[in-house]
Amino acid sequence: MDLSFRIAGEAGQGIQTIGELLVKTFSKMGLFVFSHQDYMSRIRGGNNFYQIRISERPIHSSQRSIDLLLALNMESIPLHRAHVKPKGMVLWDSSRSEEGQGEGSLGIPILRMARELGGEILGNIVATGALLGMLGFELEPFLEVVKGSFSEKGKEIAEKNERAAYAGYEYARRECLTCSFEVCSPKGEEKRLLGGNEAIGMGAVLSGVRFYSAYPMTPSTGILNYLASKAEEFGIIVEQAEDEIAAINMVIGASYGGVRAMTGSSGGGFALMVEGLSLSAATETPIVIAEVQRPGPATGLPTRTEQADLLFVLFAAHGEFPRVLFAPGSPEQALYLTNKAFHMSERYQVPAFILSDQYLADSLWTWPGIDEGKILYRDYRIREADGTYKRHRFTQDGVSPLAIPGIVEGLVVTDSDEHDEEGHITESAEIRKRMVEKRLMKLLHMREEMEGPTYLGHRSPKIVLVGWGSTLGVLMDTVETVNKKIPCGMLHFSEIWPFPVSKAQKAFEVLKGAIGIGVENNATGQFAWLLRAEAQIELPWKISKYDGRPFYSDELSEEVLAYARSI
Amino acid sequence: MQDPYNPAWCPGCGNFQIREALLMAMEKKGLRPNQIAIVSGIGQGAKMPHYISCNTFNGLHGRSLPVATALKAVNHKLVVIAEAGDGDIYGEGGNHLIHAMRRNPDISLFVHNNQIYGLTKGQASPTSVRDLKTKTQPFGLLSEPLNPLLLGVAMNASFVGRGFSGDVERLSELMVQAMDHKGFALLDILQPCVTFNRVNTFAWYKKRVYYLEDHDPFDRRSAFERAMEWGERIPLGVIYKAKRPTFEEGIPFLLKGPLVEQGFDLERVKEALLGKKEGPGG
Ligand SMILES: Cc1ncc(C[n+]2csc(CCOP(=O)(O)OP(=O)(O)O)c2C)c(N)n1
Ligand SMILES: [Mg+2]
Repeated sequence: MDLSFRIAGEAGQGIQTIGELLVKTFSKMGLFVFSHQDYMSRIRGGNNFYQIRISERPIHSSQRSIDLLLALNMESIPLHRAHVKPKGMVLWDSSRSEEGQGEGSLGIPILRMARELGGEILGNIVATGALLGMLGFELEPFLEVVKGSFSEKGKEIAEKNERAAYAGYEYARRECLTCSFEVCSPKGEEKRLLGGNEAIGMGAVLSGVRFYSAYPMTPSTGILNYLASKAEEFGIIVEQAEDEIAAINMVIGASYGGVRAMTGSSGGGFALMVEGLSLSAATETPIVIAEVQRPGPATGLPTRTEQADLLFVLFAAHGEFPRVLFAPGSPEQALYLTNKAFHMSERYQVPAFILSDQYLADSLWTWPGIDEGKILYRDYRIREADGTYKRHRFTQDGVSPLAIPGIVEGLVVTDSDEHDEEGHITESAEIRKRMVEKRLMKLLHMREEMEGPTYLGHRSPKIVLVGWGSTLGVLMDTVETVNKKIPCGMLHFSEIWPFPVSKAQKAFEVLKGAIGIGVENNATGQFAWLLRAEAQIELPWKISKYDGRPFYSDELSEEVLAYARSI
Repeated sequence: MQDPYNPAWCPGCGNFQIREALLMAMEKKGLRPNQIAIVSGIGQGAKMPHYISCNTFNGLHGRSLPVATALKAVNHKLVVIAEAGDGDIYGEGGNHLIHAMRRNPDISLFVHNNQIYGLTKGQASPTSVRDLKTKTQPFGLLSEPLNPLLLGVAMNASFVGRGFSGDVERLSELMVQAMDHKGFALLDILQPCVTFNRVNTFAWYKKRVYYLEDHDPFDRRSAFERAMEWGERIPLGVIYKAKRPTFEEGIPFLLKGPLVEQGFDLERVKEALLGKKEGPGG
């Protein structure tokens, strides 16, 4: 079984509510789920959708073609109908229009039924029940989810919602004579879900973050919300700053003060943080920055996705200094790499980035739960140092002891100006030269800690898809499809900087004789550029997408196959 | 510490007296060097912490307040002072100043206000007089000066005062009051720039400044009046005070002690975040 559904309608109609109820229900059934969201930068109106894919096997991406469209308004039907598979169905609200929608559709008077059952607010539940009925799933798991979601609001409300679910379900069972979906519910263990922003937040909490400051900006705001919801329980100061400049400077102040600190934004907000980034480098103050990309330039497409900030984040800020950059490919990777970012940032006293994007931020993946053994934690700060302490002491590996002001006896002095070992301003040419070398020296060990790319696919591939960051799942599912026709594999990078040069070169050696295709959610092939510059590896072909939408694996498979046929 | 007897200041600069006053204030408060942290921006005045023995974060131009706010929040046992120039804090960092007044962290801000950009050699600052001619203001300065005290009173900042570098003893008194105050304290310090400000000279200030007497700083109306006074007579002292909760007081878990001393127990966090041991997915 491999089914995809799209819930479409206006902003404010409850698309997200329905989507979340459904993913919870399918997870309860023990199914693997993948979901992503496509929405406009507005509060009401427009056309948004929530897409869900389910299977009894692991799945990692969305499909362009869908089996079922749930249209919450009439405008959604012409907009999305072309993507409904020939045997698929459109479920629509017949209380909104008299006109039939022809073959392959089922009209249910959602709003009218909701009103009769106690109010329009129940429409979402009626619709969800109907969708499950059309598919032929059992209703029980959904009733449990409904019970769980509304139990706090009192028995009466919970019961009303259960009745609405039942009514929608029964209506669809009765009326949908042409529905012939093959479904299975494995009755396996309930599955867990993890979203991209939530994963970054969880990774931060597990790494001991104690200070988070940010200025709201889609699609990064979910991290701010998540950490705010955990602030009290885990003792995290969460402060909405007056702007991104304040946010990064606060984070640097908190880290100088002795706690782990993080900020997050999207490209435009991060652009404002750039001077702060170099402050973190100059003062060797560890900080973690989550940059959740959306298409630019400028305000771009605020709620959409792109991978176009890679080189910006890599080269942002004046001066020369080391930094760490991770680009997770899944929520699970986002969790562990956020943890690794904190670890490396503190160990080497450098800024570390998590580069995500709207697609990953707003996607939900089924995940097996945490592997606790993978969480790195070591406190690198020192709490004892006497009056001889020097914040920027020259050492063998360039890393000086990191003491906490006020806790140690010695003074902790640092400066954004070039400084001497003590941290005081200097213009000495000799000290300047040594300080530059001290900072850059860290790259040596940092690079060793970076993992190379992951290879998946055929043993002797003809075609290898090369990607990074949020396209991991799309590449995985594409390779599986393409492999049925021609030998295909994929190389995916999620640990980007310091670039793991020799590991990358080694990985590409295995692929001798294969054609590499760079797959990037941007126009210019930024990662391909990096690969050429750092590892002297050329990718002869590229597939780019820069319309603000993510890749779909069925669409990408077709494109790869078409290319394969053409050579 | 850098050689305190050879700071990068011009002979006769008001910064020398501000430094003396600060040392005196620290002594009056009986503070050891490691109990204090000075956070500063960039400018001649902002070089101050290099010539004082204390914890130092000399950050970016205009950005001392966010750093100082967060530092105090994670370790409220530290006495945190921000040192800034008038260009630094009223220009580049103006937004942070407004929001620091709103947040009310328990820190003091000492502004070295010489009504000019010193370090970058004589451009107009936000507090320079209108029509001031400089190399970069060919038609004279076309903007009105910012009145930091009036801004402070309007923002209901919890402590607003003014000092003068020409009176070290009373300046140090004002610094002590600012440090003793629970909440954000703005102390604007008038300071001659002997090299670039030919208008607001030592004699110019000396002739005009006077200390407020019989002024109730909690009386906001009269504070507005005093804050507006600028010209023939310039008031010194604590202009305005408001009783307000501090930023740190609003963070419940800081009651347990400074955040930096609270430790991190990975096992406890794992259990609380991921639930009891149920194996993977539990
Ligand atoms: C982002 C940034 N912009 C500009 C500068 C250059 N700059 C350094 S200090 C300064 C102004 C100095 O004036 P003020 O803050 O009044 O300090 P003063 O030297 O008068 O004490 C400027 C413009 C800088 N360091 N950083
Ligand atoms: Mg100045």
